[in-house]
Amino acid sequence: MAETHSLQDMRQQAAVAAKVFLQRDYSNGTVCQFQSKFPSELETRIDKQQFEETMQTLNNLYAEAEKLGSQSYIEGCLACLTAYTVFLCMETHYEKVLKKIAKYIQEQNDKIYAPRGLLLTDPIERGLRVIEVTIFEDRSLTR
Amino acid sequence: MSAVMITRKVRKWEKLPGKNTFCCDGRVMMARQKGVFYLTLFLIVGTCSLFFAFECPYLAVHLSPSVPVFAIVLFFFVIAMLLRTSFSDPGVLPRALPEEATFIEMEIEAANGNVPAGQRPPPRIRNVQINNQIVKLKYCYTCKIFRPPRASHCSICDNCVDRFDHHCPWVGNCVGKRNYRYFYMFTLSLSLLTIYIFTFDIVHVVMRSVDKGFLNTLKETPGTYPFRLWPQKQLLCG
Repeated sequence: MAETHSLQDMRQQAAVAAKVFLQRDYSNGTVCQFQSKFPSELETRIDKQQFEETMQTLNNLYAEAEKLGSQSYIEGCLACLTAYTVFLCMETHYEKVLKKIAKYIQEQNDKIYAPRGLLLTDPIERGLRVIEVTIFEDRSLTR
Repeated sequence: MSAVMITRKVRKWEKLPGKNTFCCDGRVMMARQKGVFYLTLFLIVGTCSLFFAFECPYLAVHLSPSVPVFAIVLFFFVIAMLLRTSFSDPGVLPRALPEEATFIEMEIEAANGNVPAGQRPPPRIRNVQINNQIVKLKYCYTCKIFRPPRASHCSICDNCVDRFDHHCPWVGNCVGKRNYRYFYMFTLSLSLLTIYIFTFDIVHVVMRSVDKGFLNTLKETPGTYPFRLWPQKQLLCG
């Protein structure tokens, strides 16, 4: 009987102690940005600088996704002329960056947050409204 | 010893609490009432096929073969845009999960303070400053979220939709952020198609009248009658 100890399984077995919700930051307009203020509940789990670096990278990635440049303009015109059939063959720039963000969050979870009993949820799962940080019960004290 | 259970993964669209119908393994997403959408499809396909059957042979021969060719291209474009608008996700915002809903309720209670018994609690509004303007974000009681700017709740589909424009029964779906471009292209191309067919109807009748006289032409071209009424219908829809 093969036993797999994937991070997902371990997370599902661990009890959730609390959830922190990081809201959208509208100070620069309606562009997708999240508040990078360090929440007090995470003070014991992770250091401030690491967390703020993650948030800053995420904000930069979202800014890149929504950037209007010559590439997005050409993509839009081409799509309109081909009745949007061109999207059967290629992805939009926005979708490509969203995939990059998903990969980044997965990587951050595996390397930094899971060992500390935390989990970042991709904000696209919540409609780009919040970043949900799940805090799992600290088992290390009970071992 | 554990029994091996092959559990099928539940897809997100199967769990969506709104009143939408899904087809083709979640690739197609529509509202529940589809009757008017079928009517729209019937009207467009019906009137265009009358045009292709009765007018195009005459016009192709006496005017130019490019006339029906362009009409066919435009017709396929209109149908493609209609189907794209009807079948795509308008930008539905997922409802808050229980933990988030509880967190928001606690925030609201903290903000409102103690309300004396008998008085109605103040409306749930969050003020946010965007580009030096105060925008009020309203709370949605069904979805249990504070709606982002320009989002609204569609009561027909029972979903909050981002950048909600309206629920279009002709298209059988909401029109929101993610399908606005297809809806706009649909109405634009349909108007173009209407004007194009109407123009060539007139041209066809005039050309025949020159040959055979006006009354004889009306007797010979029953296919043009629907087109007298069609532009009015399109104007109503737009």
